[in-house]
Amino acid sequence: MATATELSIPQLLDPMPCVVRAVNRETHDTITLEVEPAEPYHFEPGQITMVYKHGVGEIPISISSDPDRHDRISQTVRGVGAVSKAIIASHPGDVLGIRGPFGVGWPIDQAEGGDVAIIGGGIGLAPLRSIVYRVLNRRDRFGAVVILVGARTPKDIVFAEELREWGSRFDIDVNVTVDTADRGWHGPVGVVTNMIPRAPWDSSKVTAFVCGPEVMMRFTARALREDDVPMDKVYVTMERNMQCGVGLCGHCQWGSHFVCREGPVFRYDTVAELFRIRGV
Amino acid sequence: MVRPVVELDREGIDRLIAQLGDSGFTVIAPTLSDGTISHGPISSSQDLPVGWTEVQDAGTYRLTRREDDALFGYAVGPHSWKRFLHPPEVVVWQGDGGMTPLDLAPPPRYAFFGVRPCEMAAISIQDKVFLDSGFSDDVYRSRRTDAFIVEVECYEPGGTCFCASMGTGPGAVEGADLVVSEILDDEHRFVVRAGSDAGEEVLAALGAAEAETDVIAAAEQVVADAAARMGRTLDTDGLRAALTAQAQSERWDEIAARCLTCANCTMACPTCFCAGIDDSLSLDGAVATRTRRWDSCFGLEFSYIHGGSLRTSAASRYRQWITHKLSTWWDQFGSSGCVGCGRCITWCPVGIDITAEATAMLAEARSEEAS
Repeated sequence: MATATELSIPQLLDPMPCVVRAVNRETHDTITLEVEPAEPYHFEPGQITMVYKHGVGEIPISISSDPDRHDRISQTVRGVGAVSKAIIASHPGDVLGIRGPFGVGWPIDQAEGGDVAIIGGGIGLAPLRSIVYRVLNRRDRFGAVVILVGARTPKDIVFAEELREWGSRFDIDVNVTVDTADRGWHGPVGVVTNMIPRAPWDSSKVTAFVCGPEVMMRFTARALREDDVPMDKVYVTMERNMQCGVGLCGHCQWGSHFVCREGPVFRYDTVAELFRIRGV
Repeated sequence: MVRPVVELDREGIDRLIAQLGDSGFTVIAPTLSDGTISHGPISSSQDLPVGWTEVQDAGTYRLTRREDDALFGYAVGPHSWKRFLHPPEVVVWQGDGGMTPLDLAPPPRYAFFGVRPCEMAAISIQDKVFLDSGFSDDVYRSRRTDAFIVEVECYEPGGTCFCASMGTGPGAVEGADLVVSEILDDEHRFVVRAGSDAGEEVLAALGAAEAETDVIAAAEQVVADAAARMGRTLDTDGLRAALTAQAQSERWDEIAARCLTCANCTMACPTCFCAGIDDSLSLDGAVATRTRRWDSCFGLEFSYIHGGSLRTSAASRYRQWITHKLSTWWDQFGSSGCVGCGRCITWCPVGIDITAEATAMLAEARSEEAS
């Protein structure tokens, strides 16, 4: 029997109140919330937060904002379930609870001195957006910076305005493709992997950060391998059911990994085997 | 350090129980309840399942009378101590719309009387999960820190027991404050060893006579005999690697054809720790409550992410459970997640036997390796 210590306040499970300051509509079902945390907030790109709507529930959301800014956090949320729909219905002034940040983010510093590939599918661009900010804040430390984005239709492109803005810079290469075009679309049509062979990076010097549906990440890794990018320079981020954020609730297990704690970012070659097992 | 070892008779056991109660502990022990031996509050040895035992087999559990007045002549029942340390349902947060947390009730101070070695091992495993994985779970810690544990060695292993294969019994394993061995020869006696400073203090206050070496030897013999009478065995050599290697085996579908995915095994398991959070709101909308409830990897909801569940087949869910228990648990926590208590076998409504399934997977892996 050990001696008594302070008891009974489950601080890990205490949401930090954050006031919604802006609500930006990205697409027909996706918004970006800008929230003001109760205290200065520090996170690494790629880390997850648990976002809580009073009395409705809590869901894992990656942070999509500038990691070097500590007074505001952006959360990009697609309304698909009861909780995410309640969250995207927030208005400026509303209070949301945030726990975290949890897990391991993108190892951006390992890309320093080389090229950066940022490859996103759909709303998978959200946790990658923080990388773009970080890289732009320290632009001189990186070589070529290439952003490849795939979306189902032009209407599903998130951060469209920023992508245009970044694309107009001379120090970033931005390419957006859609699976199905509409009349106003003048860009490429097809899957995001089609753009990999022509991407202007040096395959021996590039570090790739990939986020999207699992099948997209698997095919992206394959295309990168065919492009001679070493698999230990490819990072993916996993989505799993997460409820606690610290590996105690068990839901996010993927093989031996607790995705919320050891992920969500994984080096591809360390998990390639798991991608091959259905329902693991 | 040499800890004191004393000999008690049944009256001494009663004094021990009373002393723990007087020290402010809620004393919980095996009791007869709902046709099973389950844990409940006790105030004397009379509240224990005196003279009872049980017959256990895959999908079978029956209480029967013994021919003596043994206090601990049975194995483990359907419930484990995790009910008290990691409650099936517990409010973890309550707050208003401004996210201001409201005070939660402090947990009780427990003395667990009659923790079996496999259960002690299970508690140590959950300690690792909840207290020693980089984060500490306050719900668990607040119940565990002050808990006083009286471990009882086993002499009557059940039909589904295999602790001897897992190295978690039938003799005491580390971690308890006191360890009790019951001796049922011509004289009904108990050898009680201190396992911690707190245990020593309790023994000192009890003022019992030191145990003679022949009595201690008799207690050791009882345990050694029990090790040879396990209902089940499990060959764990190579098992950890075999289960992950067989992830794509067709055998999973064969097991899934029997498995009802009812989650009984995970509820009965003393180490399964998965839990989900349910949110609710008071009728006036002012106070939100977050309640943690045990969850199970056998549920379809368990792996739900937007758009659907990831483990849709029963095969993938059974594979997740047994692979986690016997293989990936090692990667995560440095030990097996199975202590050989046999509950998942006894309480499986269709009698799926973890030792049989693991053995079959191991055989399959070995034959594939050989060919």
